[in-house]
Amino acid sequence: MSNPFQVQVAERTASTAAIRLEAKDVSIFYGDKEAVKKVGVSFRSNTVNALIGPSGCGKTTFLRAINRMHDLTPGARVTGQLMLDGINLYGSDVDPVDVRRRIGMVFQKPNPFPTMSIYDNVAAGLKLAGETNKSKLDGVVEKSLRGAALWEEVKDRLKAPGASLSGGQQQRLCIARALSVDPEILLMDEPTSALDPQSTARIEDLMESLKEQVTIVIVTHNMQQASRVSDTTSFFLLGDLIEHSPTAQMFTNPKDQRTEAYISGKFG
Amino acid sequence: MTTDVKRPRSMTSAADTTFKNIIISLASLVLVAVFLYGVVLIAGGFPAFAREGFGFIFGLDWNPGTEKFQALPFIAGSFLTGFGALIIAVPLSVAAALFIVEYAPKWLAVPVGYMIEMLAAIPSVVYGLWGIFVLIPAVRSFQSWLVGVTGLDWTPTGIGLMSAILVLAVMVIPYVCAIARDVIQLVPNDQREAAYALGATKWEVIRYGILPYARAGILGGVILGLGRAIGETLAVTMVIGNASEIAKNLFSSTATMSSLIASQFGEAGGVQLNALIALGFLLLVFSVIVNLIARVVITKLTPVGTRL
Ligand SMILES: Nc1ncnc2c1ncn2[C@@H]1O[C@H](COP(=O)(O)OP(=O)(O)OP(=O)(O)O)[C@@H](O)[C@H]1O
Ligand SMILES: [Mg+2]
Repeated sequence: MSNPFQVQVAERTASTAAIRLEAKDVSIFYGDKEAVKKVGVSFRSNTVNALIGPSGCGKTTFLRAINRMHDLTPGARVTGQLMLDGINLYGSDVDPVDVRRRIGMVFQKPNPFPTMSIYDNVAAGLKLAGETNKSKLDGVVEKSLRGAALWEEVKDRLKAPGASLSGGQQQRLCIARALSVDPEILLMDEPTSALDPQSTARIEDLMESLKEQVTIVIVTHNMQQASRVSDTTSFFLLGDLIEHSPTAQMFTNPKDQRTEAYISGKFG
Repeated sequence: MTTDVKRPRSMTSAADTTFKNIIISLASLVLVAVFLYGVVLIAGGFPAFAREGFGFIFGLDWNPGTEKFQALPFIAGSFLTGFGALIIAVPLSVAAALFIVEYAPKWLAVPVGYMIEMLAAIPSVVYGLWGIFVLIPAVRSFQSWLVGVTGLDWTPTGIGLMSAILVLAVMVIPYVCAIARDVIQLVPNDQREAAYALGATKWEVIRYGILPYARAGILGGVILGLGRAIGETLAVTMVIGNASEIAKNLFSSTATMSSLIASQFGEAGGVQLNALIALGFLLLVFSVIVNLIARVVITKLTPVGTRL
């Protein structure tokens, strides 16, 4: 039954896949300021989900709630429920370290560990998880670098410092680093905004193939990018989730007029 | 825009040239001064060098009575006390800096930071007094305890190498800690987040994200601390015992280059005076060497792409 055609169809009709990540009434506060307001949304398994909206509308804030990065921001507070496979990530018995191991993150600005080699950058997550077996590490490093479409470019200089790569390569290194711990969800906050068009195209292609292993949530300011890479799009405005629709529908036939105004470039 | 005054171009560049010349002369003055130190010290110390040859550096016998001037005990004393102080001070300083930046809430971090900076401003004679009245008795009771346990044939005095190391450690901590704190504060937050996002615990974030990034800067602070420790004179002279012999154990009386100069300069004449000046020259050479090594190591440790 593993007809590749069927697999492909299953991916295309993502709307039938199981729900992986679900936000219920999620509000996020910085002090008294409510930056994200009672957002409810769900993302299905093996899909790419874009978050769009004007600057300051709360996209990053929402994204960082998913892997509990707000735990580290003094004064930040998350209410409501964020469910991964039906388990509340903010439940009292859930360890945030565990959450971040299962939910990887790629940041806007590439942030490799500059004193570490390319190899060590990718191996860092596994070493953190206690892996010491050299051949296992070698295998995962290669697999992750291949997954991030960087292997061919760096396989001869794995010992070179991570910071010696170009910006686009560094971002793919960061993707490889995130992939190395085999996350279930991959969060990406404007991962291509600091990159040239060519690197951007590579990373967009990458997302398409990564979908087979992970569910991706990506913040982007680039409408074309959202329409190229994503299966669903969520439009945020001033902390509210205005609309969450399949991407094709969102860009051809938005339900809300504010969405239409935004994607047609009337504001933002 | 009617008030816009156009300044003649030539005037600006003339002022620039004058300013540049002044700056260059001032900077050259510093170079000349350092060069003159060297010359004066070499000239003053030459008779001692000529008399002892390499023995001045490698010999153990310093005795004004017999006119032997061999400085190894004091060179050793300087390095033993300097590195000894660092062994104690560095872990404490880095731990304190990490506490201030990474753990302490703001209301605690700020006053603790001020206090550490204040420690650096206390005159060294005060540290010396503290050494005499607090450290030496403490070391003495430790020695007595040790004698009781081991039955060694010692007279516990509390005066000596150990007390010097401890007093220097305390004096060096504020320097190393203040620099380590600044450097750790400068580690970009995205390094911390990178580690956290991989599922690192707080300690692992420090280990993977912060310390590797900050290590070059911290080392800079450590070298500065070493320079300070080797150069420190008064407080050491007050607790080290000023014996002209190499330390036989951690608690022996001995001397450092600086403390020897301070304690013997007053009544020295003739070749002894030359020898002390020569010792000053060695001190200058050592500090230059320490700084050069520091430069190389720091460049090596600085992460690629963050080099200034
Ligand atoms: N650490 C913080 N402390 C206080 N307020 C914050 C903090 N981070 C973000 N905010 C505020 O929360 C709101 C949402 O910010 P957020 O960064 O999520 O916007 P964004 O949609 O990602 O914008 P952009 O597209 O510019 O990245 C903004 O008003 C912002 O000023
Ligand atoms: Mg953002």
